[in-house]
Amino acid sequence: MTDKPALSEDERLRRYVDRFMSAVPHLQALGIGFRAMGDRWVELQMPYAPQLVAYPETGVIASGTIFSLMDSAAGFSVLVARGKMEPHATLDLRCDYLRPAEPGKTVVGRAECYKMTRRVAFTRGIAHDGDPDHPIAHVAGTFMFTGAA
Amino acid sequence: MTANPLPPYAAMLGLRRQGDAMVMPFQALLIGSPGRLHGGSVAGLMEIAANLAVRDALAGEAATLKPINVTVDYLREGAMEDTSAQAFIQRMGRRVANVRVEAWQTDRARLIAAARMNILILREAGEAAG
Repeated sequence: MTDKPALSEDERLRRYVDRFMSAVPHLQALGIGFRAMGDRWVELQMPYAPQLVAYPETGVIASGTIFSLMDSAAGFSVLVARGKMEPHATLDLRCDYLRPAEPGKTVVGRAECYKMTRRVAFTRGIAHDGDPDHPIAHVAGTFMFTGAA
Repeated sequence: MTANPLPPYAAMLGLRRQGDAMVMPFQALLIGSPGRLHGGSVAGLMEIAANLAVRDALAGEAATLKPINVTVDYLREGAMEDTSAQAFIQRMGRRVANVRVEAWQTDRARLIAAARMNILILREAGEAAG
């Protein structure tokens, strides 16, 4: 038996998120995967794929896929900010579609949980297709903690 | 006679029209957390319902539609059941349509989500696209 280095809490959480995501059917269907995370932020990615397309004549993907990406990123940012896998529910999510995603490019969704109260988490984030300073979408979402108080 | 084929994303969601509503039959790939629909799949259904309502209101006039923004309120968990969505155009302007959308499952009166969406209309005739 070889000694394995003890995993840090962060690494354990990261692996948990990764495993959790690969078991979510809708994320699999859209090809959404884990990219990076910090204290209270998460980055997910959605590589360009034919099933995401809404406008076959241009190859532009559906805004609904970006909504799914950002809902997921925002939800995961709440999990990492809490540092525990307690349940929550999306209360609302607003998405501004700043410009179409460029066909062929991977869309990155970055969200942060910037404020938590006892019952509610507030998140914000952007989606971009390569340059975070040139985003394709901006989101703001709130989540309710649904576990026992 | 062939029906209009749905674009790939709408086809993946399995959408079909039923009267004034769009129906998204339950299938496993719509699931988010165990036993529940992913909020994004319900949002996707609602966005497409809004888009089609605006397309209907244009009554064949050539125009490009672009989503400006959408706000979704999640009112109840989406169960592993068929979901319906109906869009109501609040205002059909020259440049923008303001649309409200309701989504429900078995009981029309118990909404699982409600959305507001603004859609940019770039009409090919009349005002030039800005």
